[in-house]
Amino acid sequence: MTRAPLRVAAVAAAAALLGPTATGCSLRPGHDPDTVTVVYSHYGTFRAADTLMRKVKEEFEAENRGVTVELRPIEAPPEDYQAQVNLMNQSDDEAPDIIYEDSFTINQNVDAGYLAPIDHYWEEWDEAKYYQEQADAAVIALDGKRYGVMVGTDTRGLWYNTRLFEQAGIELPWEPESWDEVLGTARELKREIGDDVTPLNVYSGTPMGEAASMQGFQMLLSGTGDGLFDEESRRWVVGSAGFADSLRFIDTIYSEGLALDPQDALNANVGTINNEERIPAGEIAISLDGSWITQSWIATAGKPWPEWPRTMGFAPMPTQHGQAPGTTSMSGGWTLALGSKSVNPDLAWEVMKHTLSKENATQFAIEGAQIPVRVDVAESAEYLQVNPIAEEAAALVEVTHFRPAYSEYPRISLAIQEAMEAVMLGDATPGQAARAYDDRVEHLVGSDNITSGG
Amino acid sequence: MLPLVPALLLLLSFFAGPILWTVWASLTNAALTGSAAAHTEFVGTANFQRLLADPAFFNSALLTVVFLVASGVVGQTVLGLVLALLMQNRGAAVRMAVGGVVVGAWVVPEVVAGFVWVAFLEREGTLNGLLEAVGAPTQNWLYTAPLLAVVLANVWKGTAFSMMSYSAGLAEIPTDLKEAARADGAGPVQVVWHVVLPLLRRTVATTLLLVTLQTVQVFTLIYVMTAGGPGDRSMTLPLLMYREALRFGELGYGTTVALALLVIAGSLSALYVRALRPEEVR
Repeated sequence: MTRAPLRVAAVAAAAALLGPTATGCSLRPGHDPDTVTVVYSHYGTFRAADTLMRKVKEEFEAENRGVTVELRPIEAPPEDYQAQVNLMNQSDDEAPDIIYEDSFTINQNVDAGYLAPIDHYWEEWDEAKYYQEQADAAVIALDGKRYGVMVGTDTRGLWYNTRLFEQAGIELPWEPESWDEVLGTARELKREIGDDVTPLNVYSGTPMGEAASMQGFQMLLSGTGDGLFDEESRRWVVGSAGFADSLRFIDTIYSEGLALDPQDALNANVGTINNEERIPAGEIAISLDGSWITQSWIATAGKPWPEWPRTMGFAPMPTQHGQAPGTTSMSGGWTLALGSKSVNPDLAWEVMKHTLSKENATQFAIEGAQIPVRVDVAESAEYLQVNPIAEEAAALVEVTHFRPAYSEYPRISLAIQEAMEAVMLGDATPGQAARAYDDRVEHLVGSDNITSGG
Repeated sequence: MLPLVPALLLLLSFFAGPILWTVWASLTNAALTGSAAAHTEFVGTANFQRLLADPAFFNSALLTVVFLVASGVVGQTVLGLVLALLMQNRGAAVRMAVGGVVVGAWVVPEVVAGFVWVAFLEREGTLNGLLEAVGAPTQNWLYTAPLLAVVLANVWKGTAFSMMSYSAGLAEIPTDLKEAARADGAGPVQVVWHVVLPLLRRTVATTLLLVTLQTVQVFTLIYVMTAGGPGDRSMTLPLLMYREALRFGELGYGTTVALALLVIAGSLSALYVRALRPEEVR
């Protein structure tokens, strides 16, 4: 009686010991040549990728009998999304064919061998000509090959509530010309409207992840003339005046009570709460955020806010002292990339092309509140009429900056978030936090790969 | 002998396997992404040297010990023993009621327990509602006292285990010994101190051991409640391990932190076993 279960157990144990080699090719669910798996982020207010991929699955399967488009939405914040996709990529069985991927992680995932170059497909694709060349920088890795197609880009700036500005007697449209003017307006708002309104929201600290680093810190740093990476010497910059000044700005707004209370700012959901609740309720006067936040307010959003075009204004972020070119911005954007372990990359590329069609790209640009990278979409009346700030946000592409998207960047970014958090909690002065950052960077990249800033 | 082979294989693959993998990984630069993911290299003791120079590690090790002592040793085992003693010789209804409440907390999944405590301690939470009602100042406990918050939650969640374990131990103590002590004029406290506790030593040692092993690896509860923050004020070793291995993607260094955790838990366990070893029966 007991022998059969024992034998089963022995086989199971042996299989577990031998691991992937024993289970091998026969049992790989993701390795059916007629199945294309797509992994993408479906989190918080961002629903556009899910809507798009569901549409693609339905259409593509209807047009191609026998083909399955398997969707793997991941409901997790961006950092956990990356970790999960990386874990999937480490397994031959789980590695997806198409990956919705933040462009700043492309280089490190190329180094890890997770992505396959798509140059040969790109050259033969007749719609490739519609793609803006400036977006190429984000998808061409250091080895010179193309690893993805941008599905949209973005810029960042100062969203402000015109009603609160009128209430405080501040002249409209608001066009601040230096950090001091931004801080001055925030202080005036605090004086005039009082405690119910947060004058200035700037994301900071580790719970907000990359948003704190990019929308918060680097929107400041890029206006100081200093940077994170020196392209000329190809080294990471430590000890720059701009870095410490940017931390000082963070220190000022959090210690003077101009920003959100640190305990609200250090909530991982602060972005969703701000954009879905605090801003529509008129509780935040100015928010330094991305061009896409209108996706929280449009008709297809979770909580539509049809009055937003009459309430919200958008001003470019000024440089520190108003030095040329006067304003600054940061851009990123997500891409579709091809997994290197795909058993049928030709089919995966067909699905990618379908996803990137003009019709789908237009829908994604509207629902995801993206700045399109396809020229024909950017110029289409359909796109322009939906988003009243589309032109202002797109104009910032001229002064925008990109992150140094090298392999070490994500860890550098986390070091920035930790420096910001230490400052906002009062655990360190801006100078101390900047020095701690310098040490961390030196540790991360090695002392040969750092250079002292001005 | 032969029937033992499957069990041995299972043990090897599911227990020894992961530990060996951890030891191996801690000697490499294994990573989730970047070139180290494609070409993992043997780096010798580099991860251990880095660990010993990392202030974040010492902070986390200290927090882990505080969390363990406060929520595991003092909180769960003392409260569990007191509850077990109080429940002795009580009516079935009382035992059912108290046991039901305590065990109820124990069987709740950790994620749910985390959210329950968030709802209780957050700024608009139940605790602040009660404090407001009596005119006391309110605060966001998860932000102002993160370690205390997770300690309380873990005591609430884990006490049932030691309570049940002590109840079983107490039932084994012969009543005539206690009666003899009472006949000699001992009060209730003296009976517990001189008779019950010495006879309970073996149970205390086992319970402490199990509670310790369970407490040092608490992750979900803390992650849900504070995620290790604010700053790194509730970043115990399991959370540090998660941050290094999955947020930073440094699997090699993350597993080194895991090994350090194993060493700390192991040495504490050895300490209890020695200190509470029952005297030899003559």
